[in-house]
Amino acid sequence: MKIASFPKLRLKLSTQDEIAGWLFALPWILGFLMFTLGPMIWSAFMSFTNYDMFKWQWTGLANFRRMFLVDDLVLRSLGVTTTYALMSVPLHLTFGFTLALLLNQKIKGLSIWRTIFYLPSVISGVAVIIMWILILSPEFGLINSMLAYIGIKGPNWLGSPQTALPSLVMMSLWGVGGSMLIYLGGLQGIPTELYDAAKVDGCNDWKSFWNVTVPMMSPVIFFNLVMGIIGALQTFDTAFIATRGGPAFSTYFYMLHLFTNAFEMLKMGYASALAWVLFIYIMILTMLVFRFGSTWVFYEEAFRKDKKSKVRKNV
Amino acid sequence: MATTSTTLSASTPGLLKRQSVLNGIKLGGTYLVLTFFAALISIPLLWILSTSLKTSTQIFTWPIEWIPNPFRFENYPEALASRPFGTWALNSIICAGFSVIGHCLSATIVGYSFSRMRWSGRNILFLVMLSGLMLPQEVTLIPQFIIFSKIGWVNTLYPLFVPTFFGGAFNIFIMRQFMLTLPKDLDDAAKIDGCTHLQTLFRIILPQVFPALGFIAINTFRNRWNDFFHPLIYLNDPKLFTLALGLRSFMSEYMVEWSYLMAASIMVMLPVIILFFFAQRYFIQGIVFTGVKG
Repeated sequence: MKIASFPKLRLKLSTQDEIAGWLFALPWILGFLMFTLGPMIWSAFMSFTNYDMFKWQWTGLANFRRMFLVDDLVLRSLGVTTTYALMSVPLHLTFGFTLALLLNQKIKGLSIWRTIFYLPSVISGVAVIIMWILILSPEFGLINSMLAYIGIKGPNWLGSPQTALPSLVMMSLWGVGGSMLIYLGGLQGIPTELYDAAKVDGCNDWKSFWNVTVPMMSPVIFFNLVMGIIGALQTFDTAFIATRGGPAFSTYFYMLHLFTNAFEMLKMGYASALAWVLFIYIMILTMLVFRFGSTWVFYEEAFRKDKKSKVRKNV
Repeated sequence: MATTSTTLSASTPGLLKRQSVLNGIKLGGTYLVLTFFAALISIPLLWILSTSLKTSTQIFTWPIEWIPNPFRFENYPEALASRPFGTWALNSIICAGFSVIGHCLSATIVGYSFSRMRWSGRNILFLVMLSGLMLPQEVTLIPQFIIFSKIGWVNTLYPLFVPTFFGGAFNIFIMRQFMLTLPKDLDDAAKIDGCTHLQTLFRIILPQVFPALGFIAINTFRNRWNDFFHPLIYLNDPKLFTLALGLRSFMSEYMVEWSYLMAASIMVMLPVIILFFFAQRYFIQGIVFTGVKG
């Protein structure tokens, strides 16, 4: 009796588990359908229409044709956005990594230093942007007042087309502590034996940096690179609040163009097409970085498994 | 390192001395560079703090008066009284608060399902979720706006927190990874004791995942508090503004009143700064976790 009823009980339990599993995942499944998958399909469809919140008409490729042939702000804003990414991503990498390297030595008060560098990246937002607008103010702002001490008349940072975009890069660099912390976490995870081994092999600090630190850190660098590119291409808040795209469209980011079309002119169809082009642009760049990354990113897992089995054999 | 230095000291004490001097210089240089960067990064904050306590004439004096004389503390209450900052703060707290609840709740439940329950389709759906992690928001933004506007939620706070109850891929991912580190015996023991899944989750698992919950809560709070874009597209009525949005409208009107502007900005930053100092551990744990494991 007992033995006979056992499989039945197990079957019952597993169907119960099955139902419970789906039920527990249901919030996300619903959310995914309502807020991600559904909207994606809809927005893909909309990009071939001239939907304006009230009526719509199928217009085929007209939106895309308009983007590249008529609306010269598209390529222009794509250029501004790309330039910004090209400036800010390498600078974030350099400063973030350098600070992390400095903190990864035997220094006193690590947590205090870490707090000082990390805090600005935590308090991002409108308040910080306003702070920077005043700091960059041409007459009485902090930077130009400081420059005046050494007799330099500073530029009109946000007000002139030459300096506006670099100013935004500088503003973003204030938050470099975020990526610094990720690098620091990675650096602290590198086993010290590797450095000892490098020393025994006659490496000086410089050589062990290139032969131990950089390869071991390459996945972290890669992660920051990808996230940095994606983030930079989606920049909106700073430009919208600090410059509204000006002067002379020198900070007219792609997302500003999208925002203007979607939420000020209500050209939802056209804005959807804009969104998809940005999405594809980001995908292409990310894939390029991945392709390029496979040549220099060193993944430890395979190597480590290999090493572990060898160590066991030796023991 | 220890072995090499002892061998060195045995053979050539002079070399060791030179090395320690070299190390000293290196360390000194490190402190110098760190101090320089620390100053560079904290001077802006100190400057706005001092600006927020100045009269309008003190602001425009040169050289910079770092410690205002006299302090003008009235800037703070005056700035706050000039616009409905109280209402805006309440709106921000509602949005951030409900978002924290929503994300914590959904991440716990869905994370439990993805990590500790066996059901068909789990692995495929998890892969779908992972691919959504990298998905930039702009493609879904416009349809979401249209949905919310068609159901009459534009100019309400709902679009700013209701979606969080359906879970965010990133938070669920964090929670799943964290729950995977807990021993499987916990569930088995609970099952033998006759616990249902809900009981297992809330009595056995939940107390173990506080670090992950702490990170999700703090991260959500900060993101929502600082969020500018979503309030911008969903809210038109100044009574419904969040602090981020209100601060910007304040800026366009009070551009000349720097001290008010800075006082208001500092007040908006303050909750996040305080939170940071109390919960720094969670911030740092989380960012390291996401960076290294991501």
